[in-house]
Amino acid sequence: MRIKKNIAISDTGFIFNPTTGDSYSINQVGQEILAYLGEDKSKDEIVSLMTSEYDIDAPSFEKYFFDFLSMLRQFELLDEINEN
Amino acid sequence: MKTKITVALTGLNNVDNPGPGVPVIRGIRESDLFEPRIIGLAYENLEPGIYMDGVVDKTYQVPYPSEGSDVLVNRILEIHRKDPIDVLIPNFDAELYAFMRSESILEKAGIKTFLPTLEQFEERHKTNLPDFGEKYGLEVPFSKAITRIDEIEKLKDEFEYPLMVKGKFYDAYLAYNEEQVRMNYNKISAKWGLPVIIQEFIKGTEVNVVALGDGKGNIIGAVPMRKQYITDKGKAWSGITLDDEKMLELTRRIIKAMKWRGGMELELVKSQKNEYYIIEINPRIPAWVYLAIGAGQNMPEALVKLALGMEVKPFEKYEVGKMFIRYSYDLITDLKEFEKLSTLGEI
Repeated sequence: MRIKKNIAISDTGFIFNPTTGDSYSINQVGQEILAYLGEDKSKDEIVSLMTSEYDIDAPSFEKYFFDFLSMLRQFELLDEINEN
Repeated sequence: MKTKITVALTGLNNVDNPGPGVPVIRGIRESDLFEPRIIGLAYENLEPGIYMDGVVDKTYQVPYPSEGSDVLVNRILEIHRKDPIDVLIPNFDAELYAFMRSESILEKAGIKTFLPTLEQFEERHKTNLPDFGEKYGLEVPFSKAITRIDEIEKLKDEFEYPLMVKGKFYDAYLAYNEEQVRMNYNKISAKWGLPVIIQEFIKGTEVNVVALGDGKGNIIGAVPMRKQYITDKGKAWSGITLDDEKMLELTRRIIKAMKWRGGMELELVKSQKNEYYIIEINPRIPAWVYLAIGAGQNMPEALVKLALGMEVKPFEKYEVGKMFIRYSYDLITDLKEFEKLSTLGEI
């Protein structure tokens, strides 16, 4: 799972999908997660990195993280790749 | 050195449902090749393009095509005798028939055009869209042309509500029940005549392509756009260029198959399943063409070159993520100007 190649993400957290013309704004935490997805990190790796950086336990983070991923999926921003 | 040419065109009605005249003129004026003199052809005295600075050099009033094709063409020839025209660009669907039919008369008089053929014009007509879709293997919504109000009652046998009620040239309304169909049927038929087209409503995102065909099956340019802000008349008040290969491929297929000649606007709906339905093919450059110019494809200039028989290389790229935002502006003018056009028929 990674962000589609043609999706433009600026330093300010502005996302533009050139296929649909849609644009979105995300906050700093969202940007960090997108950066990890861009580095092909797995879900487990991202959970581990974020919970060590922020004061949040894994189950709580996962709840928000999976919500965020399903939103990215709904907005057609993700390329689905099977994780093993 | 730039070539001096005189271009005459219609569509100066830069109002909330704008004609393409003003953006087409802007494109031609921005040409590196031409030094144009622009003759505006106005149907109404209050078309804003007549009075805007730096748009037209001269305006002549012309009669509506409904007064007869010959009346309109004779007026153009009369203007041409005193103010010679090199290229004529009609910008309305409703007048195209008159100019296509008279193409050879205009050519003989020295006025160049670059228009679709009558056959192409008819084939893509809203009333013929289902046959068009079948012939070229394209997804089109089911539609039916009706000419009598008592046909509305039977629509429920073939359509599901809501459905679209459309004029043969312009106007489209969404109707949720028979009563709304009747109301829109009356409104549209009074304005545009019959038939009125009933079309299946496809839920999805409205996307459009402006394109130019050379008449031999080649595409000179194409820019896809998504409407970002839509007025209550269904017109784009803001839009953004897209990177969508499927839309470009569809455009290439249509232009190649039809050997389309001239400007074209494809109106599509992208369904929730990412399927593209052709809801209309307009046989002219659309009012949002300045977005394509801003994105790197000056199609009005290319159209003038095609009309003049010059070689035109296809555009290879355009900028994705370019936006346009339309605005309204109060222009102050003097009664004298209005008076001149009203009494003399020119300004």
